[in-house]
Amino acid sequence: MSQMSSSPVIPVRTLLPWSAAVPVLLIVAYLVTMDSAGLLAQTGDFLHELMHDGRHLLGVPCH
Amino acid sequence: MIKDFFLRGLGAGAVAGLLAGLFGFLVGEPYIDQAIAIEEAAAGAGHSHADELVSRGGQAFGLFLATTLYGLVIGGQFALVYAFVRGRFGPANEQTLAVTLAAGGFLAVVLVPFLKYPGNPPAVGDPDTIGQRTVLYLVMLAIGLLALGAGAVIHRRFGWVAAVPAFLVIVGVAYAVLPGVQEVPAGFPAVLLWNFRVSSLGLQAVLWGVLGSVFALLSARQRVRV
Repeated sequence: MSQMSSSPVIPVRTLLPWSAAVPVLLIVAYLVTMDSAGLLAQTGDFLHELMHDGRHLLGVPCH
Repeated sequence: MIKDFFLRGLGAGAVAGLLAGLFGFLVGEPYIDQAIAIEEAAAGAGHSHADELVSRGGQAFGLFLATTLYGLVIGGQFALVYAFVRGRFGPANEQTLAVTLAAGGFLAVVLVPFLKYPGNPPAVGDPDTIGQRTVLYLVMLAIGLLALGAGAVIHRRFGWVAAVPAFLVIVGVAYAVLPGVQEVPAGFPAVLLWNFRVSSLGLQAVLWGVLGSVFALLSARQRVRV
């Protein structure tokens, strides 16, 4: 497929610095989808309850 | 250039998350309300919504917050994967690639875990096993991504005829090996469980569908220079 591609390949070393965004995004994902009480004690409970319906409907384990 | 992709991914992800939230609000919320009514009728059993930290109205707002943040996360990751696979795997056309990648993401991140460990409405699920269920869910998600990656590599070399069976074998073996979770309480309405799960799958389909479409549209509008 790659030989017929019109899009030039982006070298991995150009991409690599952007992988720093991944942990940041995953922390946000954790706060939304996981039982966050462990990480943030007080605010964790609040966030957990606030995003309760979203977590159920996103299909992640909730309680 | 990657910055353009990344911003495009975040933008498309935010739109996708908002629309998914709207879908959830209109379609899924009634089922959550019904399930909470059942949970509270079974008084005292486990997790109670009565001593509310956040009101039900607050949780409806929280739904939009959750899906939008989730959309941003998925959109950002999507953009980085897109930047990597572009020119390496999949269709040459940028818009076809965006939609194909979104379909692949939905398959690996949503459908593969869902068919083994589907989401549950309130009142379903034993709070004591939440840690174990979360790990199993994440393992299944990782296997979905692994199977998709393996499928893409095999597809490039041997075509669909080998890629599809390879994907199905990896996922099928995981389904067979990993333990099942059956925690639906006796007497919980089967129709409500089904409707909730379909609405949950629908929300994710909206999210990934809009993400792929908007990303493709933005690709068409804004030609990224190398």
